[in-house]
Order: sequence, then C-alpha cells, then structure tokens
Amino acid sequence: MNKNSSKFSAFPYVLWVLFFTVIPFLLVIYFTFTSKSTGNLTMENLANASKYFPVLIRSVYLAVIATVICLVIAYPLAFTMSRCSKRTQRLLLLMVMLPMWMNFLLRTYAWVTILDNNGIINNFLSSLGLPKLQLINNRGAVVLGMVYNYLPFMITPLYSIMTKIDKSIIEAAQDLGCNSTNVITKIVLPLSFPGILTGITMTFVPAVSTFVISGLLGGSNCFLIGDLIQQQFLGNEYNLNYGAATSLLLMVVVFISMGIFNSFDNDEMEDSMV
Amino acid sequence: MKKFLSNFYIVLVFAFLYLPIFVLIAFSFNETKGNVWTGFSFKWYNELINNELILTSVANTLIIAIISALVAAVLGTAAAFGMHNMRKLTKNALKNATYLQNLNPEIVTGISLMLLFTFFRLTPGYLTLILAHITFCLPTVVLSVLPKLRQMNVNLYEAAMDLGCNRRQAFFKVVLPEIMPGVVTGALMALTYSIDDFIISYFTSGPESQTLPITIYSMTKKRISPEINALSTILFVIVFAILIAVNVIGAKKEKEEERKAMAFSKK
Repeated sequence: MNKNSSKFSAFPYVLWVLFFTVIPFLLVIYFTFTSKSTGNLTMENLANASKYFPVLIRSVYLAVIATVICLVIAYPLAFTMSRCSKRTQRLLLLMVMLPMWMNFLLRTYAWVTILDNNGIINNFLSSLGLPKLQLINNRGAVVLGMVYNYLPFMITPLYSIMTKIDKSIIEAAQDLGCNSTNVITKIVLPLSFPGILTGITMTFVPAVSTFVISGLLGGSNCFLIGDLIQQQFLGNEYNLNYGAATSLLLMVVVFISMGIFNSFDNDEMEDSMV
Repeated sequence: MKKFLSNFYIVLVFAFLYLPIFVLIAFSFNETKGNVWTGFSFKWYNELINNELILTSVANTLIIAIISALVAAVLGTAAAFGMHNMRKLTKNALKNATYLQNLNPEIVTGISLMLLFTFFRLTPGYLTLILAHITFCLPTVVLSVLPKLRQMNVNLYEAAMDLGCNRRQAFFKVVLPEIMPGVVTGALMALTYSIDDFIISYFTSGPESQTLPITIYSMTKKRISPEINALSTILFVIVFAILIAVNVIGAKKEKEEERKAMAFSKK
C-alpha cells in the first residue's frame, strides 16, 4: 500500500552509488581508452599494460599460494573453535579479531623488524655465532605478510558457518559408523563449503591487489600489480591513462576469479557473510 | 592426546597472530631507536605527547571517521528501508550493486575515486577524503540493516499507519527502534573501517588532510619512529579493554537470561 512512496528513501543512496561508484568506473574505462597526450581514442594504454602480464601472473600466483595457506591453517582452527564451549568460543573469536584492530601497516612493519637483515631473528642468530639468513625482500616474505594479514578474514567466515553445523549431525554420523576422517570429508566439509568460498574471496581479493605488503616485505624483488598501479597514480611514473588500463586489467582478473568462486549458491554466501 | 594436539595447534596459530604485536609493544619501551633492545624507558610515550604531526593525524582520523560513519548510517538506513520496500527485481539489482562495491579491490575503488576528483578538478583534501570514506562505509551500513528489516514483522509498519501514524512517525517510532541494533552495528563497523583505512585514503587525501595510516605509511618509507609503537600500544590497550568489557557484559546478560528461562520452566 505504502510501498511505492517509502521506497524513495533509497533515492539518495542510488544517487550516491551513481556518482561515486558508477561514474568513477566509467572514468576508468574512459581513461583507459584515451591517449594521454592527444586525448584521442586509443588502444595504446591497454597494449602497454599488457606488457606487464608477467607481473599480473606473479600477483595471482602469490595470492593463490597465500590463500591456500590461509585455508589450510584456518580450517582446522575454525573447526576446533566451533567445538569449544560457548565461553571459550567467545574468547577465541575475540582473540582472532583483536589483531585486526591494530593498524595493518604497523603489523606488517613489525614483520620487517623481525625479518630484517639487522632484525630480531638475524640478531639472535649472529649472537649465537650463526650466519645471517636472507629472510626479507623475497617472495616468501611477501606470502608470509599476506597470510599474516588476511588469516582472520579466512577464520571468521569459516568459524561462523561451522558454529551452525549441528552437533547431533556429527554424532549421528559417528553412530552410523563414520570414522573421524569420514565425518570431516562427508559432513563438515560439504556443510562448510559456503564459508570456504567467502573466506577465499575475502583473502584472495586484497592479497592480489596489495601494494603495501609487497612494498614493505618484497623490496625491489617482488613487484606486484598493485605496486604498478600505485606508481602510475602517485609514484614516479605518473600516467593516469596507463594506470587506468592496469587497474581495468586487475578488475577483470578479480571479477573473473570471483565469478568462479561465486558460481555456487549465492544465498548461503550472504548468510555466512553476515 | 587428541585434545592436547588441538590445544597446541590453537596456541601455535595465536602465537603467529600475536608475535608481531608483542614485538611492536615491546619496542615501544625500548630506550633507543632500532631493532636492538637497549633498555626500558617511557621516553617514546613522552615524545608522543609532543609530536604535532602524529597528534594532528589522530585528530584528522577521528573527525573524518565520525562524520563519515554518521552520514553513512543515516543515508544507509534510509537506503535499506527504501530497498526493503522495492519490487524484488530492483531490490536485488541494488543489493548486488552494494555487494560488488564491497568486494571490489580497495586499490581500484581508490584510483577510480581519484580519477573522479581529478576529472572534476576537486583538490584532494578533507572534502574528497570524507566523500571517499562515506562511499566505502555506505555498503557496510546497508548490508547490516537489511537483514534486520527482513526479520521485522511486516505488519508492524502497516499497523502503525492504521493506528494513525503518518509515514514519518511510523518509521521513527516503530521501524527504527526495531532495526536499531543493525544500524548501530553498521555504524560501528563503518567507524572502524574508516579509522583503519589506508589504501583508499592514500589515493584521495591531500597534504593537509593526512590521516594516521597515511602518516604511518610515510614513516615506513624511512624508519618508523618508536612513538608510533607507543601510540599503537595505547590503542591496543584501549581496544582490548573495550572488547573485554563487552565480552563480560555479554556473558553476564546471557547467564541472567538462562536463569530467567530456568525459573520460567520451573513454574
């Protein structure tokens, strides 16, 4: 009855999305296909950006490794957490969330303090008379930084979906003769699948587009697509058109991979995210 | 044995999560700059109080976060209410647009907003920063209010109207109190996102509107001053205290409700 009039309260939001999401996106496309010097229509920027295809591949590769490691670490943890008493559960969840409240630049920088050539580990090694190790400015350090920063993003959706798995279902499976491996593969894994998808998306997207982690922990040896974009917008190689083309490439990669993850049940995804 | 292994695993993961934080906190009490422990001192806490740059950026961060979260809470709640009353097709389209904004890589959001501001010749500063923050706060509020509207009894709003409320009264006196938990959660999440955001702010701020994460970032380019460690230790303690308090209150409430339920069932 009043449905028609009350829906207008969404109007400012629609305008906001139009102006601050849709138009900027169209601008990315506009800048991608226009030349910096002449302003004419051109494919030059995209052609230039695709020269950096190896950088894109490297970013995807490192982000995939980090996401897999996060999943492997987080899955057993989330399961164990969800089987604890309510009190312990609340405490553990709080402890998972707490590091996220610390600024992530500082947390990443703390790893520099630990892994640096004059850092805590190397100082310790040399005090024992052992040779120093090259722990920073390589791919391993970047993956470590990604895993460290995005692990809570994997744990929380997994945990929240696992608390919804009814204990009696697991007990029923055990009564019917399942061993613990079967309980995991036949009951827990399928039921927690939407949580896995959410966790993968929430970890992979920031990991593939990062420039802070690679900048701090990767040095010049680990140049990622995020670094490339950052350089073209605010760095030494200022070129908005070229940068827009690179971002468009990144966006395409992210949305293709998200399309793959999300081609499963959407409603369940929503529930596990809330 | 099994119990021991799983406990050991939990301890191991948390050690990994907390190791850098403890390093940060420990070095806030170090006497000298650098990675070598030379002695205990409160020196950096003292210098923090006198560091103009850090204090201004903390103030900037808080002002921007509060404005953005408030605007996002008002616009987002209105949006969710409007979306809730739309036809399914339009509602789903808008909902999906909201999800997409949330899932878009932050760097892409940052650069596209930067392009927008450059294109319309807006000088980067407080205004652009606040506009950007409202933009990424809005989806959070919308997505936390929508489920509350879905849980609400559909007849409540109409009953209020039948009993003589006009639309405004029906919304403010009946709907809003029902969905308030969602609004508060959304606003708080928006507040924390805004305080913590670096990437989008990096692309949309000007030299005078530096927020704390931007100041920290420019410090990481050289060497981080332990004053920042001191600041993060203080923040950590505050957040820790708040979370513990919330947890204790929540546990107490739960116990009380349990007791009430028990008493009720005995009757």
